[in-house]
Amino acid sequence: MKRNVPLLITALGGFILIIAYFIPATQGWGEVAAIWFDILASIAFILGGGNLLKIHLKKISDKRVGWAYSAITLAAFLITLFVGLGKVGVNPNPLYPDYGLSGHYREIGSPFWWLYEYAFKPLTATMFAMLAFYISSAAFRAFRAKNIEAILLLGTAFIILLGRTFAGVYLTAWLPDWMSGLKIENLTVFIMSVFNTAGNRAIMIGIALGIASTSLKVLLGVDRSYLGSGED
Amino acid sequence: MYEFLKDLDKRWIFLLMFLSVTIPIYIIAKTGKSFPEVPTVLSEAVFQAVEDLDEGDPVLLSFDFDPASEGELGPMATAFVRHCAEKKVKMYFMALWPVGPQMIDDAIARVIHSDFSHLVYGMDYVNMGFKPGNEGVIKVIVTDMRELYTTDDIGTSIDDIPMMKDIENVQDFELVINVSAGYAGTKEWVQYASTPYPDKIKIVAGCTGVQAPLLYPYIPNQLPGLLGAIKGAAEYEKLVVDKYGGDNPDPKYLEAKRRMGPQLVAHLLIILLIILANYIYFVERKRGVSV
Amino acid sequence: MRREALISTSLLVLGALYLTGRVFFTEHGMGKAYVRAVEVKSLETDPEISWTKYENATQRSYHEAVIKDPDQAVYQFSLSRTLGTWVAALFTLFILSFLYKDNPLYKIAESVVVGVSAAYWMVVAFWTTIVPNLLGKLSPGWIKSWAMPGLNTEAEFIYLVPLTMGVMLLWRLAPKGSWISRWPLAFIIGTTAGIRLIGFLHADFLGQIRNTIIPLVVSSPETGFSFWDSVKNIIIIIGVLSAIVYFFFSIEHKGFVGKTAKLGIWFLMITFGAAFGYTVMGRIALLAIRVEFLLNDWLWLIDPSHARVLM
Repeated sequence: MKRNVPLLITALGGFILIIAYFIPATQGWGEVAAIWFDILASIAFILGGGNLLKIHLKKISDKRVGWAYSAITLAAFLITLFVGLGKVGVNPNPLYPDYGLSGHYREIGSPFWWLYEYAFKPLTATMFAMLAFYISSAAFRAFRAKNIEAILLLGTAFIILLGRTFAGVYLTAWLPDWMSGLKIENLTVFIMSVFNTAGNRAIMIGIALGIASTSLKVLLGVDRSYLGSGED
Repeated sequence: MYEFLKDLDKRWIFLLMFLSVTIPIYIIAKTGKSFPEVPTVLSEAVFQAVEDLDEGDPVLLSFDFDPASEGELGPMATAFVRHCAEKKVKMYFMALWPVGPQMIDDAIARVIHSDFSHLVYGMDYVNMGFKPGNEGVIKVIVTDMRELYTTDDIGTSIDDIPMMKDIENVQDFELVINVSAGYAGTKEWVQYASTPYPDKIKIVAGCTGVQAPLLYPYIPNQLPGLLGAIKGAAEYEKLVVDKYGGDNPDPKYLEAKRRMGPQLVAHLLIILLIILANYIYFVERKRGVSV
Repeated sequence: MRREALISTSLLVLGALYLTGRVFFTEHGMGKAYVRAVEVKSLETDPEISWTKYENATQRSYHEAVIKDPDQAVYQFSLSRTLGTWVAALFTLFILSFLYKDNPLYKIAESVVVGVSAAYWMVVAFWTTIVPNLLGKLSPGWIKSWAMPGLNTEAEFIYLVPLTMGVMLLWRLAPKGSWISRWPLAFIIGTTAGIRLIGFLHADFLGQIRNTIIPLVVSSPETGFSFWDSVKNIIIIIGVLSAIVYFFFSIEHKGFVGKTAKLGIWFLMITFGAAFGYTVMGRIALLAIRVEFLLNDWLWLIDPSHARVLM
């Protein structure tokens, strides 16, 4: 019961969507399944928040190493949640001024907007900006031309790095028109539209077959790993 | 030199990378000069796809990115909105990422509110907002948009928005413009919109540098045009500004062009680092040191 | 260790001195934000209620407004947004400080981003989907009374199913009985598998095979035989086929198959080199926008969009 019903639900949900694709009369069922999926996806966000609350509360109550940072996480979480869910400081919709919660939750000037603009945005953007530094460090440590394959990789990288900036245009601007195909910016376009397309096309075909096989294994109940370890 | 490079602390490399981005940004901002751009085939295809639209055509703009990729995609979004506003098409904004609506707000404030304030919300442009579900959302809206989008982003009922009157699903749009930072994004739009409905749905996209090579196989049948990374944004900006910018274009429409300066210097730094890394490798191989 | 502490302390002290100098000893200061007050009136109500909303404005527009009329109140200095700019700049520097060494400032910034982003996503999910698409469909009258006064639909009780599944999903957080959450999880997994099976087979398998069926000899009535287009097509076809042969691991890569697989690897190496080049391009643009924020919005050292008048 605890494992069989979920297997049945998986198969039902998946096959309804597959059948809806091929039989137009059943398209409505597929739409309903997709709408329920979207609603569950939004509840999954709430699950994520709840999970965060659970983990950090436990860390604080167990007084584990670094619990003060968990307190900061929880404080930031609860403040954002409060101002966001309560639409604190948000003006009502001009059409319905008597309804305090009719306004837009992301209104410019509201505390929720402030937290997005001056906390969430700079923090996430800078986290990702750090990758520029790591890629430079990786370039210095990892890229060795050990064999012909590595040389091909590095050579292509050099052409793309130069060709996608003005440096490449400048370096090969002296080439005559009949050799314009060898200009780095044109070589870049050639590499991307021919070699890169061919390689990625083959990878895509391989991945598509892999996804098809994994999906079928899940739908037919052969792969049950998503049900967990089965201890309860 | 070999000993110095072999034991080099990676923090010096971080500092070099920081300076290679900061100094060009400072110089370009102070001098107002940046490197010239030459558009390539794919950027021209995207430009032409929007140019071929007629006044009043409905266009869906899906901004599927967040602040983490705003560096590359923000200028694309600005240029797309500007181009659509100049072409006087009806703009329908939506997002598959939770923070996408903020990106839509920013683009609307930067372009429409400041330079096209005559456009009326609900008649010329509308923000449908975000719905969770990734490709599940696309799957629903290609056949029935109103099932998911019962209101717009602000909460006004769909039936009260004049420009939504003739829109039932994504197939009713003349063009879909997607600005995408990853999953869910251009790949999902191609898989669930333009591939099942090749005659009804046409998609052009702008994407990050990481995604761009992976989307090339879809070109041109499933994806007629693609702007790849900040270079694609700079090329598209040039095309839009050349056509609509006048003699003294507003600097906010040339953001990507300005960012190509630090790109160039940083690229040269990466090439130098790879060359130095291989210098170390070859010296070690010559000395018979095991790597 | 001592050297690192000395360097960090010196950098902090020098930075603080520089910022103090720039804030207090320059005429224009730095990192200030301005707003424009806009009156919003309620529509179709009697009596009319109005409130003020504050849109972002530039220092230039504030300066010009004050010159015109020193007593004007439309353009104002905004303390909350100025503080916000400083908070954003400090958070940016806290995160960047990790490059030198892991430190408490970085950990604080990391903790804040984890908390704020989790709550942000919850708020977005609540107001964009749970209220209009779930509760609004189940009980439109109730939602109309406090959240969406413009809602005019009938109740659809079929939405009790996703509501029930949603509650079961949240049971995952409960100490006992978390097996209940397997049912909605199974539905999510099943629908995802079903959607993806079709999507990937259609666009990535059949679509890509179709895209590879291209003419080996390209010629048109207008331009005649096109040599380079034909070469391009032939290379694409050979590339796709040889890379696919490489991925065929159930045949031993020897002889002709081995040579074809080797050619396939070379195509793949060029593909990966292109991917690396584009990845570098992508990452650097992300750093560029952060540096622009620090130099432009915070330090007021550059002004590419002419948003300020600095005396």
